[in-house]
Amino acid sequence: MFSTSLTVNDVLYLLEGAWVTVQLTAWSILLGTFAGLLFGLLRALLPRASLPLAWLLDVFRSVPLLIQFVLFNSLKSIVGLNLSAFAVGCIVLGIYAAAYFTEIVRGGVLAVPLSTRRASRSLGLSYGQDLRFIVLPIATRVAFPGWLNLVLGVMKDTALVMWIGIVELLRASQTIVTRIQEPLLVLCIAGLIYYVMSLVVARLGARLERRWQEND
Amino acid sequence: MFDYSFQWRPALRALPDMLAGAWVTFETAALSMIFGVLIALVLTVMRQAPNRLLRGVGNGWVSIARNTPSLFQIYILYFGLGSLGLHVSSWLALLAGITFNNAGYLAENFRGGLKAVPGTQMRAARSLGMSAFQAYRMIIVPQLLRIVFYPLTNQMVWAVLMTSLGVVVGLNNDLTGVTQEYNVKTFRTFEYFALAALLYYLIAKLIVGLARLLSWRLFRY
Amino acid sequence: MIEIENVHKSFGDLEVVKGVSLTVDKGEVVSIIGGSGSGKSTLLMCINGLEPIQKGSIRVDGIEVHDRATDLNRLRQKIGIVFQQWNAFPHLTVLENVMLAPRKVLGKSKQDAEALAVKQLEHVGLGDKLKAFPGKLSGGQQQRMAIARALAMSPDYMLFDEATSALDPQLVGEVLDTMRMLAEDGMTMVLVTHEIRFARDVSDRVAFFCNGRVHEIGPPDQVIGNPVQPETAAFLKSVK
Repeated sequence: MFSTSLTVNDVLYLLEGAWVTVQLTAWSILLGTFAGLLFGLLRALLPRASLPLAWLLDVFRSVPLLIQFVLFNSLKSIVGLNLSAFAVGCIVLGIYAAAYFTEIVRGGVLAVPLSTRRASRSLGLSYGQDLRFIVLPIATRVAFPGWLNLVLGVMKDTALVMWIGIVELLRASQTIVTRIQEPLLVLCIAGLIYYVMSLVVARLGARLERRWQEND
Repeated sequence: MFDYSFQWRPALRALPDMLAGAWVTFETAALSMIFGVLIALVLTVMRQAPNRLLRGVGNGWVSIARNTPSLFQIYILYFGLGSLGLHVSSWLALLAGITFNNAGYLAENFRGGLKAVPGTQMRAARSLGMSAFQAYRMIIVPQLLRIVFYPLTNQMVWAVLMTSLGVVVGLNNDLTGVTQEYNVKTFRTFEYFALAALLYYLIAKLIVGLARLLSWRLFRY
Repeated sequence: MIEIENVHKSFGDLEVVKGVSLTVDKGEVVSIIGGSGSGKSTLLMCINGLEPIQKGSIRVDGIEVHDRATDLNRLRQKIGIVFQQWNAFPHLTVLENVMLAPRKVLGKSKQDAEALAVKQLEHVGLGDKLKAFPGKLSGGQQQRMAIARALAMSPDYMLFDEATSALDPQLVGEVLDTMRMLAEDGMTMVLVTHEIRFARDVSDRVAFFCNGRVHEIGPPDQVIGNPVQPETAAFLKSVK
């Protein structure tokens, strides 16, 4: 009743693609988190001076990611940079993630009430100490759900790197579809893998959040 | 430092075609939002229904829309339905895919919005003799609208950005599609796509600007 | 006339009203006092059918409130209620808040509804705030607006659910004055309140609630001035 030409090797190929997706996500989030943290703190603590930065980052949030890939890729060949497609994918996704994370960090820092900061300064904490021991720990908790959503978002957006020739999960499923001509089955498996990966990240995040709350 | 000379003139000559593409992009996004909002409302009601099947379908939709890539959603509508004998055009697959995605995200926003309107508002309205429907229409929904207005605007911008994925399933008359057509003819990739990026940016800003004007007008309180 | 007979009300396993009987005559002002959790507010919500009851009956002008055949929307038109948390509609101006129900529920024309609303708002001293949004008003002003909103439906009965408990102390007076005015106009009122002195001043009868039952009821000078039950005396001592 149910016959398919899908082989074990095909499934392994899909899982390899999923591994590329995970790696891409991890590197881009790493880059995006560091850059976003830096930019976000700048935006929160020096709002005036960092205004041009806000405008620039807004551009990355207002242009389709697909076009950012194409543009960066062609810019790379124009300038003559020797970067692998994987590196291009990480950089573009990383900047994209940073653009979003900046706003999340800024929101987190601004969510710390002024009265709390006054209280800590009144105890004699320096500006830096106040930032390190009071503001950042509170901001981290506020920003964490947003960061988690960003991880999930970036993982899904990695699907677009197929356009610049990286074989990740969705591209891998495409290759198999072309060969065995069973798009619905193969795509459903790919979709399931995405779904499970998202669920795992979301669950881990929720558990972490719960543990923090228990400590409050 | 590099031996590439930018040639903007051909790209500018393509501008009228690209603007026509931008209009298709905007139209597609707007349609996907209209259908998306309607479906999201239905999903919101379904997810609160006592019937388990309705709840399951509603939750399933939201969960799949939020946990899989939008490109995947478009793919499955294009290739998947095709393999079942249901051949849809690339534009329809794109529209359906984005609508599916919008509906899932918006349903989640609506649910959060409903929680944010205090239950006592319903009580106060009913105590004045209003029917449940009147209370929803005149008291709850107007307040809900304000709460979900910002996410709604964001989703519209997202919808515009998502339309660029149509090119992957062969769409050639939206902004990205038109740009790609010129690109494969001339290989002036950077110039054409930079212009497209600018147009996308302007559309996004236009939407945000219009939404801000509208919210000043709508929400005076 | 409001006739409450042996009413029982539970939330899940927790029974909060345990067999209350009480009659409120036309033109009478009855105050309900008692500790928190004694079931007084819940009883009020049951009178206009905002909360269902498990046993007993409540009749308003002979109409059974908790009968399935009763049109609650029509019944509620003649029972106004003012909540502890005033519950202003934040998206409507003060005038629109008051106009809404007369227009949409009673079907009055815009002009009639507006004239009515302006009259009620002037009555409670908010004639100069018609175009303001509730968010710009103080708690006391919002509560007076809520009273005007209920009065605009020309109710035969007014229920007050701790109308002053959520207000800053300096704003309590203005709301009590409005309520006193209403009592003097001959409105039938049921007040759940913590303002003992006010209850003594305006009420025809005072009921002391304890553990979901009416523990003591009678004229204010008796229940508040010279209570028979030791629980009543203890409660009065604790709030003074």
